[in-house]
Amino acid sequence: MQLRPRDYSGDDVRLLTASGLGILRGERVLFDAVSLEVAPGEAVVLRGANGAGKTTLLRVLAGLTRAETGEVSRTAPHHWVGHREGLKPHETPRAHLDLWARAWGAGADVDAILNEMGLSRPADVAARYLSAGQRRRTALARVLLDKRPVWLLDEPFTALDAEGRTRVLDMVAEHRQGGGAVVAAVHGEVGFIASREITL
Amino acid sequence: MSPAPILSAFRQALSEAWAGGAGALLPLGFFAGAAVLVPLGIGTEPGMLRTVGPGILWVSLALSSLVTLERIFQADVEDGALDLWLQTSAPVSAIAAAKTFAHWLTAGLPLALMSPVLALMFQAEAGANLLTSAMIYGLGGLAFFFWGGVGAALSATVRRGGLLIALIALPLYVPTAIFGSLAMSGAAGGDSAPLLLVASTLFALALAPFAMAAALRLAAD
Repeated sequence: MQLRPRDYSGDDVRLLTASGLGILRGERVLFDAVSLEVAPGEAVVLRGANGAGKTTLLRVLAGLTRAETGEVSRTAPHHWVGHREGLKPHETPRAHLDLWARAWGAGADVDAILNEMGLSRPADVAARYLSAGQRRRTALARVLLDKRPVWLLDEPFTALDAEGRTRVLDMVAEHRQGGGAVVAAVHGEVGFIASREITL
Repeated sequence: MSPAPILSAFRQALSEAWAGGAGALLPLGFFAGAAVLVPLGIGTEPGMLRTVGPGILWVSLALSSLVTLERIFQADVEDGALDLWLQTSAPVSAIAAAKTFAHWLTAGLPLALMSPVLALMFQAEAGANLLTSAMIYGLGGLAFFFWGGVGAALSATVRRGGLLIALIALPLYVPTAIFGSLAMSGAAGGDSAPLLLVASTLFALALAPFAMAAALRLAAD
């Protein structure tokens, strides 16, 4: 998978830049003065205890949550996979991917993606009957629908079995080789070599 | 701007409504139930039923529109779909409008289509005027659903937010209910009521999506 290296590669190119980010939750400072830069090929891992603000920081980077201080500059489009999969109970993995392929105007081969994610068998099963791991795979499969340089992943390995985990690691490796970057909030072992770790 | 995300949001909302099965029929049952119960309570004198019928139907329509509004955006918050819709290339207001319009098609349009039958129970004269009435109820219902959508967006993160939606939406229903009732009653000064009803519906269609978008951004924040 090549990500138009002319646009997104090079030492001085930053796909995502955040500076001085701070978030308040009530009267509690969740985090303060967090800065990061993400370049092509990099993987930034966010770490921290439960409630430290990893998800919130990812949401700020995605533009879903506004930070009290600081700013985010996005120079490339991103994919978002949050800890809630975005699947409707009646949606099948195939219908879900078809819907988002249409919404994004992506001419992706949904069958090939389902196969790549090990979802061919449950492709036409409603999400309410899927396991947590299958729903997770479906959500992660969205990043393969169209090529976007930045992947923002919240706990991407949650509920995945060993085989699913390997698939995701392969996807991340291929994405980085193609000039893409990943920012992931991860608990425990990461499984890929992170360019940087930020502990909140 | 590509219309693809808007069409996809519309399609997803339609399929979600159909997947809900009998849930989509709840407003219809509520509408019919309320309209059927009233004559049992106030008597069956034809003249009186003919007089109060349009008003009763408008009140029933307004309350029926609230029955399923709670889930329009709350489900998206709960399953994470809202985060995805907020990040498409389309304006959030257009996404919200598409979802609300789909909701009206599945839950609101059947109410308008059923209104002639209920009007007959209120001694309305059978004829072409019943179809005109259905169109007026449909138009008013559309405004109700869009104003209700604002309440639904504002209470998207509130569990059991139905009451909150009613508190927010019912005051916004007032102009539509007044112009709608006037248009049906044939009372003095009612000639311009259909036009005012159209204007109030257009006002709702123009304004409510932006209010919904602002509320949804807050819900995601």
